[in-house]
Amino acid sequence: MSMRPRAHELGVIGCHACGLVCEAPGTTTHATQCLLCGAVLHARRPNSLSLAWALLWAAMIFYIPANLLPVMHTDMLGSSSGSTIAAGIVEFWKSGSYGIALVIFTASVAVPCAKFLIIGLLLVTAQRRTPWARRERALLYRLVEQIGYWSMLDVLVVAIVAGLVKFKSLADIEPRLGILFFGGMVILTMLSAMQFDPRLTWDGNET
Amino acid sequence: MKAFPTLIVCEHCDAVYRRPTLAPGEGVRCEICAAPFLRLSRLDVDHWLALTMTSAVIYVIANVCPIIRVSFNGLHNETTLWRSVAALAHGPVTLMAVPATLTVIVVPLLHMLLLGWVLLYARRGRRAPGFRIVMKLLVTLRPWSMIEVALIGILVSIIKLAGFLHVVPGVGLWAMGVLTVLFTLIASPDTRHLWSLTESDVAV
Repeated sequence: MSMRPRAHELGVIGCHACGLVCEAPGTTTHATQCLLCGAVLHARRPNSLSLAWALLWAAMIFYIPANLLPVMHTDMLGSSSGSTIAAGIVEFWKSGSYGIALVIFTASVAVPCAKFLIIGLLLVTAQRRTPWARRERALLYRLVEQIGYWSMLDVLVVAIVAGLVKFKSLADIEPRLGILFFGGMVILTMLSAMQFDPRLTWDGNET
Repeated sequence: MKAFPTLIVCEHCDAVYRRPTLAPGEGVRCEICAAPFLRLSRLDVDHWLALTMTSAVIYVIANVCPIIRVSFNGLHNETTLWRSVAALAHGPVTLMAVPATLTVIVVPLLHMLLLGWVLLYARRGRRAPGFRIVMKLLVTLRPWSMIEVALIGILVSIIKLAGFLHVVPGVGLWAMGVLTVLFTLIASPDTRHLWSLTESDVAV
């Protein structure tokens, strides 16, 4: 690994909000503020790992009812049925819309599961302070940051469809509880990823 | 406490660098973690402001005009972006309407207004009233804006409904498409650059 100095070794902190590099407050535990923008400076986000873990567990728990409960309820010419996320994907696949089935599968299943695994991996490795695959872990973190919010897709689809199909007794679509858990899961994973301090990946033993 | 304006720290891995002078459109990646950590946008402040104002106009069109119109057995119905997220508020998932409204409607609007506000002053090299708070808000708001997700959501909905209804895309949908491009353009430049472009009227 290169010999480039790190901020905490030099006793400085880079402000996360404006980028100014300020002197770290030394041994005192008092929080300092950035001289330029006034944001609270932390060498490392306080309680980063435990908060990220808590939010990640909450998200994984939310993901269970999100998949088991119906996300919307369809009333069509007298016959009514509820459909889950998985049923929605299968329906698209069977009707021949493979592309759309893949898009929804990616946003609702692949992305959330990948996020659980990646955030979990980042947390375990950061906890052990291992030098293993640091560059690759940094890449995974940036990936999670960038793709995370796409899971919100299903929530918006349900919103739009439910908003449109309102034809009294003929046809009516309503959102159902599953989508609430699903949306909650997306927000919790986003918060978990934001709580994780990527600088922790680089702390600990050198190679 | 001292500050070191000639240095810069990679926020992803804490590596320290001397702040480089960049040409517009140029960016640097961190040697250690390979994160793109400093980038100077090709847009100058005037262009940036102009695009922000354009997106605000398109935003109004996207929110006022219907995005989809459907017909079913001689009955018609149409929805706007606003009505779609409001639809979540009915039924058992009222709570879900809050984040949906925030991410698709409130946050993008706030982002454009706040950005326009600081840019309006930054053209003359000045810091707008409330500059510190606005700049921090812009950093916080950025990840919660989901216009592009809404656009794909509308397209998926159209295909989903086309199976049993007659679906016609509305003006609002085209506006959403344009807004997605414009919003990406105005939200990607690093706003932190504005700190060095402006000087405060009063000492900080």
